[in-house]
Amino acid sequence: MNGSGSVACLEDVGLSHDGGQNFILRHVSLSLQQGEFVALLGPSGVGKSTLLRVFMGLSKPTEGRVTGANQSVAGVAAGLREAGKRRAQALVFQDARLMPWRSVLRNVMFGLEGLALTREEKLARALAALRLVGLEGEGGRWPRRLSGGQRQRVGVARALTVDPDLLLMDEPFGALDPITRGALQDELLKIWQQTHKTVLFVTHDIEEALKLATRIVVLSGAPAGITGELRVEDSQKDPNSSAFKVYTARLRAMIAGEPDPGGAPYWHSAEI
Amino acid sequence: MRTLSKRNRLLLSAVGLFVFFGAWEASVRTGFLPSGMVPAPSSLWQAWLDEVHGGFWQQAIVDSLSHYSLGLLVGSIFGALLGLLCGMVAVVDGLLEGIVRLLRPVPGLAWVPFAILWFGLNTAGATFVIAISVFWINFYAAYAAVRSVDPEFYELAAAFGHGSFWGRLFKVVLPASAPGLMAGLRTGLGQGWMSVVAAELFGVPGIGARMMQASSLLATDVVVVYMLTMALLYALTDFLFGFVSSYILRWQP
Repeated sequence: MNGSGSVACLEDVGLSHDGGQNFILRHVSLSLQQGEFVALLGPSGVGKSTLLRVFMGLSKPTEGRVTGANQSVAGVAAGLREAGKRRAQALVFQDARLMPWRSVLRNVMFGLEGLALTREEKLARALAALRLVGLEGEGGRWPRRLSGGQRQRVGVARALTVDPDLLLMDEPFGALDPITRGALQDELLKIWQQTHKTVLFVTHDIEEALKLATRIVVLSGAPAGITGELRVEDSQKDPNSSAFKVYTARLRAMIAGEPDPGGAPYWHSAEI
Repeated sequence: MRTLSKRNRLLLSAVGLFVFFGAWEASVRTGFLPSGMVPAPSSLWQAWLDEVHGGFWQQAIVDSLSHYSLGLLVGSIFGALLGLLCGMVAVVDGLLEGIVRLLRPVPGLAWVPFAILWFGLNTAGATFVIAISVFWINFYAAYAAVRSVDPEFYELAAAFGHGSFWGRLFKVVLPASAPGLMAGLRTGLGQGWMSVVAAELFGVPGIGARMMQASSLLATDVVVVYMLTMALLYALTDFLFGFVSSYILRWQP
């Protein structure tokens, strides 16, 4: 299952906060391949963010195993300290979560602190990340002076500076207005094509998932499990295409836990 | 309440002071207030000059400043450190809770007998009394500041490799609680001057001791000179601290 191109992998993961009485996640197996953009789609409160934190190493699964590329991510430190010059994963939060006491530049440099890099290397990386998200020259500003979209750009830059194998994004554009959200989605796609990062993107928005992802994984139910999975080809990303409408209908059914209406290739989590 | 411009507020406070001293002077001169009980403001200038010529004024300030700064330093550092520790580590918090409840209500003045017993009538004794009163202010300010740190920042720190105790302390707790810590230090700055009098009442030389000497001789003008001196010193330290504080907290709106 953990092929040579796998960046991170969950094997039959279950998570319970009360020692196994009630599970939030159960029997979740998910392998992320190098360079793919996976959307984790599901209704609000189903446990998508929790699953993301299991990947991140911030939550320890009650059952099953989490593995990174050829290494165990049992503890947070093990996953994070890889190579000393990068981090294995980086997380973009829904609320941007910038530290108000740090300037934009120092916020971006937060993940670099403690890595085996010189001051110049850190600065160069942070400036490059700011350029990548379109905030060149804005490093000296305070977070409170930024708009919601700009804050989230800083959040993305902060995650990119650590050059992660896996970029985890927790509904990063969920709180933005539709215009800003659309612009940031386009930019994220551009960045993804430039950096070839593996992305796991949590969302409850079917259209957002179809627009961004190469693969959509549906998380649903209680305890939550993977109830369906779709590969998305470029031809299916056009919102006006019939394929887009078929996929939207199928994803809706998967989220609701109804039988798949069909219409295109479909993999269930149990079959991969 | 209507808000006034900064200039108008300054102007108004000057007018208020002028009226206050004017009314005071007038009541003493007209005999409304007995001059033996209250010195006239006009007599203060001469009293101050006498104190300065005798060198008492300068010496009292130097003595008190040394008690004050030392007590402030010791009380602030220990108070803030223990407050931070209690706020961050549940076990320490639990261990010290009973002791804190026991000792907190004891005023600084009540420690004077022990200050004399342990340290004697000297700088160390006065410093101890000042330090104790400043300690509690900083302890509670730091404790509350740490407790109000948004826990989401801890998750952020953990996600970016700063999840250890020291990582949390230096990357999250200290900067996030800086506003509360600075507010505690500033309150302590004022409380410290109030404690200076208490600390020197029992005979350690300084402004407080000089006030006691003057009042035993019924030299009320000298007492008032030192009251005003202390007000001036407090205003000065608070003003200077304001600069430091606004630089450290320049990220705040």
